[in-house]
Amino acid sequence: MGDLKLTYQVDGGDLLQAGEASSQMKMALKKLDLPPEVIRKASICMYEGEINMVIHADGGHVEVTVGMDAITIRLVDQGPGIPDVDKAMEEGFTTAGDVARDLGFGAGMGLPNMKRYSDEMEIDTTVGVGTTVTMRIHIA
Amino acid sequence: MYLYEIRDTLQATVLCGEEALDREVRSACASDFMSDVLAYVKDQGLLLTGMVNPQVVRTAEMMDMKCIVFVRGKLPGPDIVELARERDIVVMRSALRMFIACGLLYSRGLAGE
Repeated sequence: MGDLKLTYQVDGGDLLQAGEASSQMKMALKKLDLPPEVIRKASICMYEGEINMVIHADGGHVEVTVGMDAITIRLVDQGPGIPDVDKAMEEGFTTAGDVARDLGFGAGMGLPNMKRYSDEMEIDTTVGVGTTVTMRIHIA
Repeated sequence: MYLYEIRDTLQATVLCGEEALDREVRSACASDFMSDVLAYVKDQGLLLTGMVNPQVVRTAEMMDMKCIVFVRGKLPGPDIVELARERDIVVMRSALRMFIACGLLYSRGLAGE
């Protein structure tokens, strides 16, 4: 059986509606025979990534690949890029504004949470060009 | 603790999921910051929050939570309740403040983790 590939568009405009792509992915994963803990980890990773995309990058798209050994989530945006990745990975560091904070985000926990719940994470970013975050969640 | 016990303890009004009050949760989490919920929660079935927006439901959905209680008398809009209904999440509201709501549930045996 080949890998299952899913693609989702994330609109940049409306933070209130963010999470729809993550919700759709979660429903798709639930139809597969995967451990609930793996689905939850993948959902949190994708959700935090989706929120980040809306807050910082005016949207983008997400490619999800479900293989035999891992779920790979690739978040691709053409946003402003991350000038200092180490700083961005620190818990509590944020450049998000009041709109994000009003919704319960923007506390500098997004990327750390994605790191926490994924088994592998790579950030490929160029200032002024965009950011690609690739996360793998192992299916144990 | 069963959801109907949580309703009674918090003198809460059920906004959706009345038919699912026989579900049980073993622990709860309380926060207005959704990123904190996503960071620290593990197998908590109940979310207490004073934050009112669709992302509360999204967060509960991602965490496989069974019930959301809006405290401090916060009233979620119909769009939020409908989203929860679609995701099979019970929604209640209570006039109690967060500290009191948590204290009552904790003293009656509901754990934090």
